[in-house]
Amino acid sequence: MRILCNGEAREIASGIRVTDYLNQLGLDALSVVVECDGKILTREEYGSHALQDGAVLELIRFVGGG
Amino acid sequence: MLTIAGRKFRSRLFGGTGKFSSPEVMKEALAASGCEMVTVALRRIDLNNPADDIMSVLDRERYLFLPNTSGARDASEAIRLARLARASGGGEWLKLEVTPDPRTLLPDPIETLKATEELVKEGFKVLPYMNADPILALRLQDAGAVAVMPLGSPIGTNQGVLTRFQIEIIIAQAQVPVIVDAGLGAPSHVAEAMEMGADAVLVNTAIAVAGDPVRMARAFAMAVEAGRIAYESGLGAVSKDAAPSSPEDGLGFLR
Repeated sequence: MRILCNGEAREIASGIRVTDYLNQLGLDALSVVVECDGKILTREEYGSHALQDGAVLELIRFVGGG
Repeated sequence: MLTIAGRKFRSRLFGGTGKFSSPEVMKEALAASGCEMVTVALRRIDLNNPADDIMSVLDRERYLFLPNTSGARDASEAIRLARLARASGGGEWLKLEVTPDPRTLLPDPIETLKATEELVKEGFKVLPYMNADPILALRLQDAGAVAVMPLGSPIGTNQGVLTRFQIEIIIAQAQVPVIVDAGLGAPSHVAEAMEMGADAVLVNTAIAVAGDPVRMARAFAMAVEAGRIAYESGLGAVSKDAAPSSPEDGLGFLR
């Protein structure tokens, strides 16, 4: 299935959970905030939230800024 | 000691974390600055370079993170960024920035006030970046801002305190701490702001882009301290007319 992650179309395994997707991308879940279809997920939800076909995912984190 | 929203700060210099040449230089410069609060921004992760987590070098026990809403062009974008910052473990502290015009990066006063009202309701400790408008400072304070952050000059311009007259009024009227932010390009600029009675200053660009950011951070820290001590010590009055420093009496023998 296909999702939109950070503006890029990505092909991912059907029903994959957020935690596993972050692992696949090599991201530390503690340093990432996830917004799925406009809703912010809590860290507790990463393990249970399964991505749906067509999901719009934003993976955000702190960067240097003033 | 400076207190903002019940939290005490020994240093009156706040640091930014943008524009440093490397995470190591940033870490060393922030340590040299003595600052205890640092601003951070929120951005999409670069999926092609996901390991680039520069914030991991900063000790969260040592530095209070002040996430900003940089890039927001209206209240709703700023509120969305604020909620993401809190979800990222940024806590309730927030530097609210709403800058609709990328050319000037001047803050939108109306959207800033709207966002402050909403975010205070949601429990954020809001420190709004604002133009140096004394009336707006009072409005933001009334809306629940825990400090106000008037600009010295536009972000990243290193022009110093061009808003002196307005900042003097803000300092005289504000019940919350006044943190002069933006455009402070040299230690003399921060000394000036602190001598005027600013409670703190925030510096990013001037330290980050210096030839030697670590030594420059130290120079800024010294200037902040010097300016604060001068303010607390009571500066002499400014006068147009000269006044001799040596006694006027006792010159009778000359003539």
